[in-house]
Amino acid sequence: MRIVIIGDGKVGNALTEQFCRDGHDVVVIDNNAENINQLPNLYDAIGVVGNGASYNVQLEAGVKESDLVVAATSSDEINVLSCFVASKLGAPHTIARVRNPSYGAQLEMMKEELGLSMIINPERAAAREISRILRFPSANDIESFCRGQVELVEYKLGDDSLLSGMSLKEMYHHYKIKILVCAVQRGEDITIPNGDFVLAAGDRINITASPANIAAFFKAIGGLHAPVKSVMIVGGGKISYYLTLQLLEMGMRVKIIDNDPAVCEELSETLPKAAIVLGDASEKDLLLEEGISEFDAFVALTGFDEMNIIISMYASAKGVGKVITKVHRLAFPEVIENSGIESVISPKLITASQISSYVRAMQNSISINKVESLRRIVNNRVEALEFIIRSDAPYVGVPLKDLSFKPNVLIAAIVRNGKTIVPGGTDTLEHGDSVIVISTTVRPLEFSDILQ
Amino acid sequence: MNYKMIRYILSVILRTEAALMLLSVLVAIIYRENEIWPFLLTIFLTAGTGFILARKKPEDDVIFAREGFLVVALAWVVMSIFGSLPFIFSGCIPDPIDAFFETVSGFTTTGATLLPDVEHLPMSILFWRSFTHWIGGMGVLVFVMAIVSLSDGHSMYLMRAEVPGPSVGKLTPKSKSTAVILYAIYGGMTLLEIIFLVCGGMPLFDSIIHTMGTAGTGGFSMKNLSVGAYNNAYIDWVIAIFMVLFGVNFNLYYLIIIKQFKQALHSEELRVYLGLYAAAVALVTVNIMPLYNTFSNALRYAAFQVSSVMTTTGFSTADFDLWPNFSRTLLVFMMVIGACAGSTAGGLKVSRVIILVKSLVRSMDQMLHPHKVKSIKFEGRPVDNETRHGAAIYCTAYMFITVLATLMISVDGYDLETSLTAVVACFNNIGPGIGAVGPMGNYSIFSGFSKLVLSISMLLGRLEIFPLIMLFSPSIWRRNS
Repeated sequence: MRIVIIGDGKVGNALTEQFCRDGHDVVVIDNNAENINQLPNLYDAIGVVGNGASYNVQLEAGVKESDLVVAATSSDEINVLSCFVASKLGAPHTIARVRNPSYGAQLEMMKEELGLSMIINPERAAAREISRILRFPSANDIESFCRGQVELVEYKLGDDSLLSGMSLKEMYHHYKIKILVCAVQRGEDITIPNGDFVLAAGDRINITASPANIAAFFKAIGGLHAPVKSVMIVGGGKISYYLTLQLLEMGMRVKIIDNDPAVCEELSETLPKAAIVLGDASEKDLLLEEGISEFDAFVALTGFDEMNIIISMYASAKGVGKVITKVHRLAFPEVIENSGIESVISPKLITASQISSYVRAMQNSISINKVESLRRIVNNRVEALEFIIRSDAPYVGVPLKDLSFKPNVLIAAIVRNGKTIVPGGTDTLEHGDSVIVISTTVRPLEFSDILQ
Repeated sequence: MNYKMIRYILSVILRTEAALMLLSVLVAIIYRENEIWPFLLTIFLTAGTGFILARKKPEDDVIFAREGFLVVALAWVVMSIFGSLPFIFSGCIPDPIDAFFETVSGFTTTGATLLPDVEHLPMSILFWRSFTHWIGGMGVLVFVMAIVSLSDGHSMYLMRAEVPGPSVGKLTPKSKSTAVILYAIYGGMTLLEIIFLVCGGMPLFDSIIHTMGTAGTGGFSMKNLSVGAYNNAYIDWVIAIFMVLFGVNFNLYYLIIIKQFKQALHSEELRVYLGLYAAAVALVTVNIMPLYNTFSNALRYAAFQVSSVMTTTGFSTADFDLWPNFSRTLLVFMMVIGACAGSTAGGLKVSRVIILVKSLVRSMDQMLHPHKVKSIKFEGRPVDNETRHGAAIYCTAYMFITVLATLMISVDGYDLETSLTAVVACFNNIGPGIGAVGPMGNYSIFSGFSKLVLSISMLLGRLEIFPLIMLFSPSIWRRNS
């Protein structure tokens, strides 16, 4: 597919990398000539220098022949205008990034009137992700599939974990809870483990099961946290705003600290139920005074990655049970993981993953057993995909052990008639099943792509 | 430095070269020549070395500018060494240095020859000699890139080092499809010229040989008198026009294919190129009128010779060494300017000359009006400082190398005209120069040392100096630099 990306910022860059890796033809428009000159050195793509909202620039970038235009510049207005021009030029799909909350109410109207296919708001998406993690604080990260029937959670084994030294076979046998470990990250390596795989302290394991079984499993291994009732947020940006709205709705107590009087003033107007504190969160005394150690959860959302990391480490040291850190530039993910910070949120990666799952769905709108939804986990390195088996393909009704799958692919869960099945070799795929597939190397477009 | 990847790319190139040599074997079979064996032996050695170097693609396939430069320079040297083996094994050019010179001259599309008599060479050797032009014209790495993807994200480093011109753009987002398109245009135009020549009564084999020489803007002929041997106005005009066409930036042909005629015809470089060509033809025609009886004959020889020299091909229909001094000097000037960037031709390139002249004019203007702000535009876009600086640096290096190489070969004791034009003709990938190396002379007069100097000059000219010079820079070989 031919894809035009307008704006070579953080999100634009993540998308360029993603799309090039997936084999699309990528054209990037940016008004910074230096960025564009550097582009072909890094990716197999070309660039056009100019204002992405301009008709002539879009013509030069070949928007007419393109299948998708993504506008992700720093300005909402340019993004919307770019997509409007692109759809008038004939681009069948356009995606705009719009993040100003004051446009929140008119998103649907803009989509309809201006011919946009999708509007993404990285801040709101990030807020949604954070609130999902806070809802189930035992895990580092959590994704749900099939309308919440299946959950995929990431959990880091602590130094004193009961599981370390245990093989997966022993573990399944010992706890007798229907769960499946579908991917393990150890250092930089990612494995799709078999039953003989032996767990070790420091591993980040990804587990699929029904929500009830996940909770039961965490209880059994002693990793279950008490539900979060109070949250301290540092930084009063857009994510904080969206997040607080959601947390308040869930009945949590929220305290926001920011050092800008104007921001605090505005937040106290828009979020009357939250406690707003004016002060510098990099001062230890302020955090202590505001009672950091009494909160169940701590979320660092300032505009500075370094600051977020440092104060998160401090919050962990003060005994806050659940700490979430926003990191915008994930240049050194290994370092952050080793620093003891457990849950990292990157709005850039969330946005890129949302858009690429849209693209994947768009790519084979004709196919029947296509990807229903796609999530990227483990720093975007593993794909978790949901398929619905709709046709009578040759693999329907065949026991899984008789099907030959490509390497590094795993069937993680099957949902049949509202019941979650943790699949074994004798299980079969039936008409109407929802299937969750984990893949590290193959990037499937439809279910048959994971078979040999 | 990713040595594994360098070894891998070199091995792919050697294996490709071995595969391409099979065509010569085919020619040898068709003409029932004994040269099958030298070719088969070379193919065995080349492919074998390729397999020894690397068998499969390394996992870490990321390369950067350093690897790009190094691999392109090494590829051209290694390719020329292996490409010279058939000449040695067949006994056509027994001396290794001579064979190396002839092969480098082929791959770099220079067309300078050491052989006083080419008409007695076996067909398969003649074919290989000219085929090196065809493959060297568009570039071997570009050819390889069209078949396999070498380094997914970073192949621009390879393409930029091999495709001539001050700034290299891709036609399509993917390097691979860009390479395929370039070769498709190249192949299509080659086929067209063969058809035109055959229609003019030239035998098929001769047409193929001369077309390959034209397409790569090389200039190896199979006749001692070059194209002049046919003494046919139609053939002269066909080859002259195709030489001019192969000197045009290939991006413009792509624009024509995707029906952007306006953009293609408004190209500033194309207009200047054709303008310079027309002016030179007119001047030479007037100047040589007294030598030829009719205007049409004078025009025919002038048009052919100017396009041959300007596009750095080097065919000849007349001994231009016998022309008046003004015409000879003008031809040497055209050699230096060369044709368009992004074509198969050598020389400084018209686009670089335009940028340099415009910079010069602006600098003089700024001396008179120190506060004046004026941006330099080329092809309707402002030229950034980096490109301007690059053009100036290139020109400096170009002059420096011309002088140095001339000094080195002057040891052989030939007059300044011969020494200088030999270097100019080799460095700009033309072939024949003026004086003892004129269209009727050849390069066998030089010593082995001078031949090596000239071979290196040809490689420097084809790769636009810098990739090859990097080979001699210590920092490229050092591990932690």
